[in-house]
Amino acid sequence: MSSRPAPTASTASADDAPERLGLVMRAVSLRHGNAAETVQALDDVDLTVRPGELAAVVGPSGAGKSSLLAVAGGLARPDHGTVTVAGQDMTVPSRRTRTELRRRHVGFVFQSGNLLPALTAADQLRLPLRLGPRSQRSGRDPLELLADVGMADKAGRRPHQLSGGERQRVGIARALVTEPSVLLVDEPTAALDRARSHEIVQLLAHEARQRSVAVVMVTHDHDVLQYCDTVYEMVDGKLAASS
Amino acid sequence: MFLAIRELSFARLRFALMGAVIALIAVLMVMLSGLSVGLVRDGVSGLQNLPVTSFAFAHDVQRDSAFSRSVVDLSAVDEWSAQPGVAEAAPFGNTLVNTRTDRGTEIDLALFGVQPDSFLSPSVSQGERLGTEDGIVVSPTALDAGLRMGDTVTIDRLGTRLRVVGVTEQQDTFGHVDVAYVPLAAWQAIKSGTAPGTALPQRAATEITAVAVRADDGKSVDLSAGDTAAGTESLTLKESYGASPGYTAETTTLQLIQGFLYAISALVAGAFFAVWAIQRKPEVAVLRALGASTGWVLRDALTQALVLLAAAVAVGVGIGLALGALITGSGIPFALSMPSISAAGVGLVVLGLIGAGAAVIRITSVDPATALGGNR
Repeated sequence: MSSRPAPTASTASADDAPERLGLVMRAVSLRHGNAAETVQALDDVDLTVRPGELAAVVGPSGAGKSSLLAVAGGLARPDHGTVTVAGQDMTVPSRRTRTELRRRHVGFVFQSGNLLPALTAADQLRLPLRLGPRSQRSGRDPLELLADVGMADKAGRRPHQLSGGERQRVGIARALVTEPSVLLVDEPTAALDRARSHEIVQLLAHEARQRSVAVVMVTHDHDVLQYCDTVYEMVDGKLAASS
Repeated sequence: MFLAIRELSFARLRFALMGAVIALIAVLMVMLSGLSVGLVRDGVSGLQNLPVTSFAFAHDVQRDSAFSRSVVDLSAVDEWSAQPGVAEAAPFGNTLVNTRTDRGTEIDLALFGVQPDSFLSPSVSQGERLGTEDGIVVSPTALDAGLRMGDTVTIDRLGTRLRVVGVTEQQDTFGHVDVAYVPLAAWQAIKSGTAPGTALPQRAATEITAVAVRADDGKSVDLSAGDTAAGTESLTLKESYGASPGYTAETTTLQLIQGFLYAISALVAGAFFAVWAIQRKPEVAVLRALGASTGWVLRDALTQALVLLAAAVAVGVGIGLALGALITGSGIPFALSMPSISAAGVGLVVLGLIGAGAAVIRITSVDPATALGGNR
């Protein structure tokens, strides 16, 4: 198991420019609902997140933040626009292809970790490595990664034996174990107190930079924006750089 | 398998309860299988052990009571012997009688009247083969019922006395009554109600129940052609089981119960895994978001069902076999047959898996996007 090498300026050609190795969304639109009632979840969204960059997206509930993550991660197909992760088109019609791209290039961190109750912390990290075909099962050593996020001594514990902050640390490690190009983080501090929130976002910023991963973090928590490289605001499906 | 096994271990109480239900069904299935085989053996083992491929009964005889109603003329034996593909044909008589030993033991016997020198004459495990005029060869189960070698039994009302000279090699019963092979002439006298010391009426001396036919090895006999020639109506050996008293009713009832048990097993497994699948929806959404394909999720869920069903059925069959071993020989018609039990066990697992499969298929429709936005 080895770390994915960080892209360097000297090796980057026009086709693999740094932003191309991260997340690029161009003119992305998505509507929910039916003919009678539709909601514009994403409205002509442009977003570029480079490897090693932590971008935060803030906005009120229902502004389209989760839809942004869903489209960026290939969980949903936009009505218009393009989405690439590590140069791969995440809007292909085949759900199977999008699943495979997601498995190889995208890591998700959910609210409260969304850990599987039956698995120990170490097994939470082993699971993503076993989701693909045997030939594609590569990634980081789960125990080493748990140690990196300060959870080495709790590798054998299940989610109900961990605190909220610890669950979120395991969730971050689980997202990183497959060495993704892009990390999509959904309200990581929603269930944490102020001190834990700062710890978790600091950890995310540290991991993003150290591993050259492009991170998009959706959050309501303005306290943690100080650790982010860029901040966007989302209102009614429109994304704009925050003032 | 990775997640399936860990979930089985984590939610062990939940799965153990489910497994216990399936195991109980498996116990019932073993009991029913044992009863089925035991009843079949009790009902028709006397016929199963005959080296016969078909019986030719009287024309238009009622099939479900052919052994008690059929009367065929002895001349039909020659007609059948001459049929192509027939290795041997021999007269066969069948009647049920109540008897009493000199020691006062009452015992019912199914008399099989056969010519001592015919291919129907049974081998013996003790004593001597059929030959003497009043000698009978009985099933070993008759000894369990109180008969002894050398005993003389007297047929009720008629007063005919028969002596036990031999015991067959294996259980021979017919309609839950122990079989006693008796020389054809003695059978004809008993069947016609001829008292001892009285001459056998000429007509009775030409009457038999059926012609027992044995086909040449590997050849088939044109039964309808033989029936046309002999004026008879043939049933294959298996078809003739239905003519044993109570056989069809008993086997149909047990098969119906077994069928219901299979259906219940599938329904129970389906209901459990349907609830389980609904409870797991948020987890499945996370799995799909992490990159698990639909096939991976389905394989994992079905593996879990297979492991649970196979383990529960194995435990149930084990308990059933232990209980069955206690019952065997207690007088209840019960016999453990591994092929039947294995087939029933596999049937339970397969049908349970079908039920579980129908239930877990719904997880393929889980939208991975529901893992986002605090939907859990």
